[in-house]
Amino acid sequence: MTTATRPDLTVGQKHNGSRTRISADEWNAPSEQRRQGPLSDPTRMARALGWFSIGLGLAEIAAPRRMARMIGVDDDNTHRNFLLAYGLREIAAGVAILAADRPTGAVWARVGGDVMDLAFLGQSLSSNPSGRSRAAAATAAVLGVTALDVLTGRRLAQGIDWRGERGTAPRPSGAVHVQESITVGRPPEEVYRFWRDFEHLPEFMEHLESVRVLDERRSHWRARAPAGSSVEWDAEIVDDRPNELVSWRSVSDADVPNMGTVRFVRAPGDRGTEIHVELRYDPPGGKAGALVAKLFGEEPGQQVKGDLRRLKQVLETGEVVHSDASVHRGMHPAQPSASGTERSHR
Amino acid sequence: MKANCWMGKKRLEVQDVPDPKILNARDAIVRITSTAICGSDLHLYNGFIPTMEKGDILGHEFMGEVVETGPAVKNLKVGDRVVVPFPIACGACSMCQRDLFSLCENSNPNAWIAEKLMGHSPAGLFGYSHMLGGYAGGQAEYARVPFADVGPLKISNGLSDDQVLFLSDILPTGYMGAEMCNIQPGDVIAVWGCGPVGQFAIASAKMLGAERIIGIDRFPYRLRMAAEKAGATETINYEQESVLERLLELTAGRGPDACIDAVGMEAHGHAAVYAYDRAKQALMLETDRPIALREAITACRSGGTVSVIGVYGGFIDKFPMGALMNKSLTIRTGQTHVQRYMRPLLERIERGEIDPSFVITHHMSLSEAPRGFDMFLHKRDNCEKVVLTA
Ligand SMILES: NC(=O)c1ccc[n+]([C@@H]2O[C@H](COP(=O)([O-])OP(=O)(O)OC[C@H]3O[C@@H](n4cnc5c(N)ncnc54)[C@H](O)[C@@H]3O)[C@@H](O)[C@H]2O)c1
Ligand SMILES: [Zn+2]
Ligand SMILES: [Zn+2]
Repeated sequence: MTTATRPDLTVGQKHNGSRTRISADEWNAPSEQRRQGPLSDPTRMARALGWFSIGLGLAEIAAPRRMARMIGVDDDNTHRNFLLAYGLREIAAGVAILAADRPTGAVWARVGGDVMDLAFLGQSLSSNPSGRSRAAAATAAVLGVTALDVLTGRRLAQGIDWRGERGTAPRPSGAVHVQESITVGRPPEEVYRFWRDFEHLPEFMEHLESVRVLDERRSHWRARAPAGSSVEWDAEIVDDRPNELVSWRSVSDADVPNMGTVRFVRAPGDRGTEIHVELRYDPPGGKAGALVAKLFGEEPGQQVKGDLRRLKQVLETGEVVHSDASVHRGMHPAQPSASGTERSHR
Repeated sequence: MKANCWMGKKRLEVQDVPDPKILNARDAIVRITSTAICGSDLHLYNGFIPTMEKGDILGHEFMGEVVETGPAVKNLKVGDRVVVPFPIACGACSMCQRDLFSLCENSNPNAWIAEKLMGHSPAGLFGYSHMLGGYAGGQAEYARVPFADVGPLKISNGLSDDQVLFLSDILPTGYMGAEMCNIQPGDVIAVWGCGPVGQFAIASAKMLGAERIIGIDRFPYRLRMAAEKAGATETINYEQESVLERLLELTAGRGPDACIDAVGMEAHGHAAVYAYDRAKQALMLETDRPIALREAITACRSGGTVSVIGVYGGFIDKFPMGALMNKSLTIRTGQTHVQRYMRPLLERIERGEIDPSFVITHHMSLSEAPRGFDMFLHKRDNCEKVVLTA
């Protein structure tokens, strides 16, 4: 991937091979676009709006009378007080925009402020005929700024990395670390027993094809990969505390070195069991690396969360729950499929 | 089979699609005899609910005959006549155990999408977007009903489809709307929206002992139905008089003890406010137009309750939080926990306390669904509720 030219937009640290949280927009944008001026850069534009806010706010507070005449509203006490309030609001919005790491919310606040301005100016438009043309000019100016605000707010909102999943921390070393949890309405003894029989895991782990238990400590894992291929490895249990915890790791020659721990904690007040999963794997380079990236997708956290959700379905309702659209791969209308279950979780 | 498919904003087609199959052991397949068009379907029709896909089968208010059951379904047999509740619920998770069926934790296979938008996901619903499960809906000849051992209500008493069909959604919804008001002797209840949901909220407030019930809408035929059939003691046409002033007058300054919003995210309103919300919605600055909700909060008496059964999808603007907070109001809301209300309401129907068929103004065949939607949306031909039959 090309390197980002705007460090202020990247949340995660960018290192070779590690995961970062750059918006899809940014990945897809041609590199020239990423180097353009302030108007094409939502963050810089937001900052400019921030300074505009502060400037306007200071003017409204310092010289409400002149400001009122300038924009053509009545110079009476009510209007002056309004302008003072607006001034404070503008400054607050400006400060929020400039201070925020990612100023989306603050920009929306500005949009709200603009609408207040418009309403206020609209009122003076109808009540003071002599000031009308000046008020109209001011309205037009605010409308222009509103348009900028809207544009910036929307760009920033689009840039939010909705896919930046909770629980996945980027690791400078390239190792991926995933932490997810769920609460299941069954006692820890039952949940532990179910999980400890590793051959159950493919029932709810989407990409796992099979787990064969070799002996007390060792098992053989096989995961589906794209284009009919698969990844296999041997794993050994490194810690096993009944009803509490299971820890495992791949043995030395695995294509994809990985380790994991699942903890079972009795949830308070009869709520069943909290399942806490922690996984770590080292995506290798080359072909195997690409396979693994596909396997766990852009968001390993999301994948693990989905697996835990399916485990909850199995333990609470007896099986993985399907909807008409979920039995197909990819986006598909919510209609019954002609061939029954196209996607099997087994 | 034939099914009513969403093909894009304001575009529906009745198409030939594959018949449903049993996918889970607790499924049943139902041959649909009656299915209705709901105000909630209009939000899909108008394109306000995200994650719809071209070809999605609509419909969540349906009943019919069981034609097949999965191996784990023991309470139903082929030939049983059932009404199907619109939220899909497992009966076993922590929400179902608390009777909060529309919040089932196991029935939405696409829960992660809803979680991104709302923090947690509600239950999967029939025919209501991929974010809420991607389940085929019931405006079709057949439907697959998951958790058939939990949801469907057996009807074995000779009541007609028209009398029991609305147990699937809008009768429980109106009832829950009134129940959430915690009605006390002497209470005055105001109901925004006299669509089918509002009518049942009014009728339920009456069953629950409200002193007076005020129906608010702009269509005279709907206000007439509220007064003549549902049991409203007064009605307000918001296009002809100020709702806030009239409510103060009717309650001698107290304001209604509880206010029910049976309008939801596509409210209509006076020119300026309506234009403001329309514009913001169009620019995606807000997703919902909360005109009725704002008014309900302002109108409600101090310490009163605002019960929101109109559907909202995302974000709203200019929410009168100050009024809500300073007047110590209680807000109660939710997709209806239909499974909780079906049996008691069936008993009320059997006892003759309510005959829900009074809201039906049009019967059509399934293949006329697109015409039914258009008519219901534009409130043409005094349309209140459309029932499609096989
Ligand atoms: N909570 C639930 O589980 C649930 C279930 C079913 C329906 N709903 C929702 O209930 C709402 C109503 O459904 P319906 O089938 O009755 O739809 P509908 O479209 O027939 O009724 C809405 C009514 O509200 C009126 N209205 C619009 N703006 C208004 C305003 N500002 N003040 C007063 N009235 C106004 C309209 O004129 C119309 O008569 C919808 O939002 C629907 O999605 C919720
Ligand atoms: Zn409905
Ligand atoms: Zn459930």
